[in-house]
Amino acid sequence: MTETVSPESLSRSLDRRLFLQQTACGLGTVALGQLLSRDGLGAPTSPAASGRPHPLAPRQPHFAPRARNVIFIFMAGAPSQLDLFDPKPEMRHLHGQPVPDSFLNGLEDPLIKGSAIVFASPRTFRRYGESGTEYSDYVTHLGGVADHACMVRSVYTDVANHHPAQLIMNCGTNLWGHPSFGSWVNWGLGNAADNMPGFVVLLSNSGHGVDGGASLWSNGFLPSIYRGTTFRSSGDPILHLTSPEGMTRGAQAGRLRAVADLNRLRQVRTGDAEIAARMANYQLAYRMQSAGPELLDFSGESQATHRLYGLDAEKTRWFGTNCLLARRMVERGVRFVQLYHSTWDDHSNLNANLKTNCDMTDLPAAGLITDLAQRGLLEDTLVIWGGEFGRTPMHEIRRTSGPGSDGRDHHRFAFSMLFYGGGVRGGTVIGRTDELGYHPTEDPIHAHDLQATMLHCLGFDHELLTFRHQGRDFRLTDVSGNVIEKMLA
Amino acid sequence: MVIRPILVVLLLAGAVVSAEPDDAGAPHWAYRPVEVVAPPEVPHPLRVANPIDRFVQHRLATLRIDPAPVADRSTLIRRVTLDLTGLLPETSEVSRFLTDRRPGAWDRVVDRLLASPHYGEHFTREWMDLTHYADSDGYLTDQLRPVAWRYRQWLVEQLNADTPFDVLTLRQLAGDLLPGATLEDRLGTGFLRQTLSNREGGADPEEFRVKQIVDRTEMVAATWLGLTVGCARCHDHKYDRVSQREFYGLYAFLNTADEVNIYAPLAGQAGPFEKALAEYNRKRDELLKPIADELVLLQARWEARLLEAAARPGRDFRWDRRWEVLGLVWGGQLGEGQLEGWEIVKRDRHLRTRDESDRLLLYFLSHGELIDPAKFKSLKLGEIHSKLSALRSKVPWPTRAPVMQEASIPRQAFVHQRGDFRVRGEPVDAVPPAVLPKVADGNLRNRLALATWLVSDRHPLTSRVVVNRMWQHFFGTGLVRSSDDFGVRGERPSHPRLLDWLSAEFRDRGWSIKRMHRLIVTSTTYCQSSRRRPEIEKRDPSNRLLARQRPLRVSAEVIRDTALQVAGLLSRRVGGASVRPPQPASVTSEAYGNSWKTGTGSDRYRRAVYTFIQRTTPFAQGKIFDAPSPGKICTHRERSNTPLQALTLLNDPVFFECAQSLAARTLGPKWIDDTARLHRLVWRCLGRKADVAELERLNAFLVDQRRVFSTGEAAESAGRVAGVAARHTAPDEAAAWVVTASVVMNLHEFITRD
Repeated sequence: MTETVSPESLSRSLDRRLFLQQTACGLGTVALGQLLSRDGLGAPTSPAASGRPHPLAPRQPHFAPRARNVIFIFMAGAPSQLDLFDPKPEMRHLHGQPVPDSFLNGLEDPLIKGSAIVFASPRTFRRYGESGTEYSDYVTHLGGVADHACMVRSVYTDVANHHPAQLIMNCGTNLWGHPSFGSWVNWGLGNAADNMPGFVVLLSNSGHGVDGGASLWSNGFLPSIYRGTTFRSSGDPILHLTSPEGMTRGAQAGRLRAVADLNRLRQVRTGDAEIAARMANYQLAYRMQSAGPELLDFSGESQATHRLYGLDAEKTRWFGTNCLLARRMVERGVRFVQLYHSTWDDHSNLNANLKTNCDMTDLPAAGLITDLAQRGLLEDTLVIWGGEFGRTPMHEIRRTSGPGSDGRDHHRFAFSMLFYGGGVRGGTVIGRTDELGYHPTEDPIHAHDLQATMLHCLGFDHELLTFRHQGRDFRLTDVSGNVIEKMLA
Repeated sequence: MVIRPILVVLLLAGAVVSAEPDDAGAPHWAYRPVEVVAPPEVPHPLRVANPIDRFVQHRLATLRIDPAPVADRSTLIRRVTLDLTGLLPETSEVSRFLTDRRPGAWDRVVDRLLASPHYGEHFTREWMDLTHYADSDGYLTDQLRPVAWRYRQWLVEQLNADTPFDVLTLRQLAGDLLPGATLEDRLGTGFLRQTLSNREGGADPEEFRVKQIVDRTEMVAATWLGLTVGCARCHDHKYDRVSQREFYGLYAFLNTADEVNIYAPLAGQAGPFEKALAEYNRKRDELLKPIADELVLLQARWEARLLEAAARPGRDFRWDRRWEVLGLVWGGQLGEGQLEGWEIVKRDRHLRTRDESDRLLLYFLSHGELIDPAKFKSLKLGEIHSKLSALRSKVPWPTRAPVMQEASIPRQAFVHQRGDFRVRGEPVDAVPPAVLPKVADGNLRNRLALATWLVSDRHPLTSRVVVNRMWQHFFGTGLVRSSDDFGVRGERPSHPRLLDWLSAEFRDRGWSIKRMHRLIVTSTTYCQSSRRRPEIEKRDPSNRLLARQRPLRVSAEVIRDTALQVAGLLSRRVGGASVRPPQPASVTSEAYGNSWKTGTGSDRYRRAVYTFIQRTTPFAQGKIFDAPSPGKICTHRERSNTPLQALTLLNDPVFFECAQSLAARTLGPKWIDDTARLHRLVWRCLGRKADVAELERLNAFLVDQRRVFSTGEAAESAGRVAGVAARHTAPDEAAAWVVTASVVMNLHEFITRD
């Protein structure tokens, strides 16, 4: 393992390093500005006397990375793979019939058996691009970027409850208090943006919260500086980004300098590592104040770009804005942007609800891929599209469901996800499922395998990116996970 | 939401490193009885203030580590005042302590703080984390609970009165079942009323009733047993010795408790109410008399149809729906017991109280038309409803309070397979998990039996879990670091004998919380300096040996309260209903159908414990500083350190208003010079003297800011920056002081208890 991702106490190192830097340079603002200044990823951090870099300073992964940034479009609630990405024409023959026993062998679940009436997808699929990958009529725009996509149809996970499964997909375990993917990446790579948090979370406006809430972008046991920061929908995108009324930028800067100097005096006296982290956060806060408005100002974007993201239409504006923000953040060096859209939890009224969600997200998500590709950003930006699990091939029996308002239940044995750019192989489909889409028949890929693969794209050996906590080395992939070579370009 | 337990377990089996196994056969340490241990000998008895120090120093001595020196007095009084009251010491209190050279100075400070009414407020907030208290229902519609605060008020009073913990336990879990239960006893059961309620159309009331019992079971397990049993709801606990059946064994104790609100008159309410009630009853009878017989018959028919639908659903969806709606909307926006309507209808009408009959009648008049629309019209029941409502509105009803009562009709508990409320497995009786002691024979298996069992002498967990949380409060981490998990997956205690000694002290000497708090804060261990000790950092990086204290960033509530305090804005009023202090519109607009009507006057400046908690949109400043989600049990808060916190302290109008007020207080009389003023500022905020370097830096900043605000662009805005401070001096001068005050309030030290 390289020194930079060693699991040793970061707070202590940051303490010493920051102190040395600041006393060497005089003013904290200047020192931090230099420390956090954008740095080519390959360029090693200059070694300080302490030998430990600032926690947000860019760091080298284990080997040359293919991706530098991640945009994770998390479709919370579990989108129905059978109605979007995994066509099962054979199901038509079984529609309305009980699921053949052969699929249920070993599944001692009375609930599945009781409701096991096959529900063939009413969607039509067609092939897209040179790769000829099939997409349904609800996701035609994603179909349009099929040749960039690595579609995995054989993902499975451990649990079929939203929050626990969301934790697995985001934090690698369904236990609370573990760091999220974005936190791990920032901890491993540092933040290349000197004026934005390295891990930003953008929420949807669907009116449905994300089941897992902030636990999904938690820093867990990593230092809190690696926690995801949420952008708000109205007012200041980040709460209190605007200085108090009447405070000029100069006055604000002076205030920050005085705070930094006095904190430093205190730190000398106490040796408290938290003070160094506090100082770093004040500097970051100050830079966010100027970067925020500039980030949100889309006036420099062309009309074509506005259209590409669907900013010109009511249905797509929200999600499109988040997609465009994601691109702009990646351009500014934000390491990990996570977009949440919820909810895809269609226990009933699947047809109508799925259409609503696709109408909101299909065009902007595809626009994002197109735009990233056009700008040459897709090469080193990994884009992930997917939820916590999939949905059953059967109807769900609910009081509220009936003809025309059918839904599907949670299904964790096989579902589909999409991957773009950042070292994954575009225009491919990996994995197959049986004729009901019930189980993988080829290349079953666990959430941990995906995480191992994504970390690989970012230059990490997932088994070495560890953090010692309560006497044990923890990692994103828990105790499993294999890099899926087939997914790599 | 459906769970596939078997596969979950199978898959997880390979996915998680197994916990450290106990020796085969030997019971897990936390399930063994609390041992009575004698404090060990130590090499330097002079450093020992009480037996706590013996345990800690004995361990250090074996490793040849000296304890840290005692912190200086200004640090100590700030530390203990924050820890016991959540407020800063007043400058006069600091001065008095610094100059008090008589023996017992520290004890006097501690005694004063333990007697402060703010003590109860501070520890109430911590208890509210365990119960996930809120002023709204949760879920989509998140309706208000306007009398939830009665339970909080009760907590403040009980903690201030140092009600013994065993009594607190009995009252909170089973106050209504105590022989001759008083109002004070009953109000305690508000503990169980903090679960969420779903009133959304289409929700199944039984589903959410089961969820509430599950939540209460988890709450009891976390609060008293230090166990996370939630997983066992769906399947046998993978890592711990709690099977699914055992989970429902605990659940069964709570399953027969129903939510209800009662009249709990505040001072002065009872007399006028009783007078008005007699008058109301007379007028009511007068109003109903002409149609009384017909009305009774009609309502009886309505009730019969409802009960029929309840017993045999699926025959007539209209009545199914009526029954469901009664279970959903009863007492909405009033925070009443949601299923009370069902319970009243199920009860024979002669067994209903007059008040219950009255409230059901009111519901019938507004919701019962389906039974006979023509009759409803001919009897003019709509009109009767509005007249009756008008009569009721003239009565000064006493404030109600949320409590629990035992269901009049017993309710069998079942194992719910996969945690699904619809799938009833085998019936279960109320029995605690087998690894724990048995419930005394002969008792009814109800909540009272559960509470009595929890505080029985034989119980190995309760006292350990509670004193461990106390330790966590005063040292940042518990002796058992996993304060929410004393099970086999949890961490072992750093000082097992100390933990047992403290547990026995607590249990065997009357369960006095204040006594334990006093014991801890008067130990030398507590009073140690928190300075890092490089020579032992390597050996003990996370300070498990307690060779020093630990600086702790204070909680969200304390940050707000102390900012208001140094500004002289804090309202010291203790107790009362929840208030809505200002927060950004972008936060409040996220609430479902609820507007945040910002309070006025002193309601803007109440202690944070009184801030209204809307579950779907928790108070923003709280969230930023790690106040827990008001839907989840929290036994240990995070203490994060983020740029959003910096933005809040720098820019949040509330904190800037504090800086303005603080500056106004600092300016004071005209004859005081800058240096004296700067001293005052630091003294007030940090509770200590500013040193030379700090004074120099602050002075240079002040001079610089005077220049900034007297010239150019900033000069025009000086008045806005100065705010209330401009009453004392010229706007540019005032603005310079405001920004200086805000610098001190932004220091790490200001939000840290050292």
